[in-house]
Parts: sequence; structure tokens; C-alpha cells
Amino acid sequence: MELTFYIAAAVATLATIMTITRYNIIHALLYLVVSFLAVAVVFFTLGAPFMAALEIIIYAGAIVVLIIFVIMMLNLTHEDVEHEKAWLTPKVWVGPAILSAVLLAELAYIILSPDTLPTEALVAVDARVVGLSLYGPYMLGVQLCGILLMAGIVGAYHLGRQKKKVVHRFLQPKEERSAAI
Amino acid sequence: MTSAHMEAALMLAGVLFMLGLISVLIRRNIIFMLISVEIMLNAAGLAFIVAGTKWVQPDGQVMFIFILTMAAAEVSVGLALILQIYHQLKTLDSDAANLMKG
Repeated sequence: MELTFYIAAAVATLATIMTITRYNIIHALLYLVVSFLAVAVVFFTLGAPFMAALEIIIYAGAIVVLIIFVIMMLNLTHEDVEHEKAWLTPKVWVGPAILSAVLLAELAYIILSPDTLPTEALVAVDARVVGLSLYGPYMLGVQLCGILLMAGIVGAYHLGRQKKKVVHRFLQPKEERSAAI
Repeated sequence: MTSAHMEAALMLAGVLFMLGLISVLIRRNIIFMLISVEIMLNAAGLAFIVAGTKWVQPDGQVMFIFILTMAAAEVSVGLALILQIYHQLKTLDSDAANLMKG
């Protein structure tokens, strides 16, 4: 079981690295699905099987498919991959990568220093307790989530609508007007 | 009783968050930036679940459900914005969107 956790963690890290270094968006998304599935395995080994199922259904299922649909609507071609290749030069990524690695090293120092956290095995939390807590003390949070989703639906509909441009025929450029006539 | 240790799980969350942070810093394509934000949210949820498991409380998993909801709402609005930007500017370059003109 412990080996499962470490293998899944390695797969998640590698898949995320592949995600952030791909030039083609579809390839990056496929690696992202692998990363989410690996994190779901990590959840399972941590004793949260319900969260693992939610991770697969919502992240790897819904969100990635939504992004793939939008990419299909955008009609991206080979030129965009070339653009991506031109944008992602070592001069661009070395600086942020080094600084973020320094921050990660600090975080690792804090997490791994022996006096901050006692080292003991983790205990699984039952999904039943989570449900009772969700509909007990966190009732207001659930309702706020509903409001947030509603706002998301309305906002996505409003922003995604294509507005038809209506120009009076006297204001149109000359050639268009003659073509329309 | 699970066998994974807390430090390793928290380190995994930190590494994933750092990868997402690097990606959102170095990418110019808006869709890649959105994907990176998803990676970072996922890492934060992982940290919540690890903490909830550590103290045997359900709050961590409750917070993960909230993060999941927020990620879903965020990605739908973000993709609608990306579609609008693409129709206005005909490019996915985030540097091209520097005018606040409707």
C-alpha cells in the first residue's frame, strides 16, 4: 500500500511535468488526465475513496472534456504549436523555475524538519462522517456553492454568447454597402 | 489506517503546486495558464485532504468538495472568457490582451 502511494506520486509528478512542457495543447491535456488519475490513486491510498471518485468524475471527466471542447471550437492549427515553441524558450522558463524551486526547497525544509509535525501513520476518514459534516455544520457552505455554480452558469452563458454586430447601412464601408445592394 | 506518511503526501502537494506555478509564470498561451491554475487548485485540495486525514476530521474532505465546485465554476467562466478573447483578437497570446477596449 505504501509502495502504491509512492508510485502514484511519482506518476503524478512526471505527468504534470510533461503537461507543463508540451507544445501541443491536446497532448498536454492527455498528460493532465494521467496526472489527475494518479492523484486520485493518492487519495485512495490516503483513505478517501469518495474523493478519489469525485476527482476522476469532475476533474478528469468534466473539466478536461470542457477544455477539449473549447479547443475544438478554436480550430487551432500547426502554426499555434510553432508559436508555442517560439514562446517557450529557456530564457523564459529558467528564471521562474529556479525561484519556484527555491520556494519548494523552503517548503520541504519546513515540512521535513522533525519538530514541526509528529511522524505517525495517517488514519482514514469515513465518507459517512464527511457527508454528515457537509450537511450539518457546513450547510451554509453547500448553499454558497450552489449560488457560485449558478453564477458560473449565468456568467459563462453571458460571456460566451456571440453578439451579432448590427451596423446601419449608411455607416457601413462603401464596398460592403455596394455588395449588399 | 493507511500507510502513506504525511510528509510525503504534503511534499507531493507542494511539488504539484510548484509545477503549476512555474507553468502559469512561463506560459503565454491563455489555455495553458488556465490548465496550470487547475493543477494548482488540485494540489491545494490534496493538501486539504492530507491535513483532514492527519487530524481525523472530515473538514479537509469538505473543503476539497468546495474546491472542486469552485474549480468547475472557474473553468466554465474562464473558457467563456477565452472564447471571447479569441474572437476579438484572433490569438491566444495573453500579451495581446492589453487593451481594455470592448
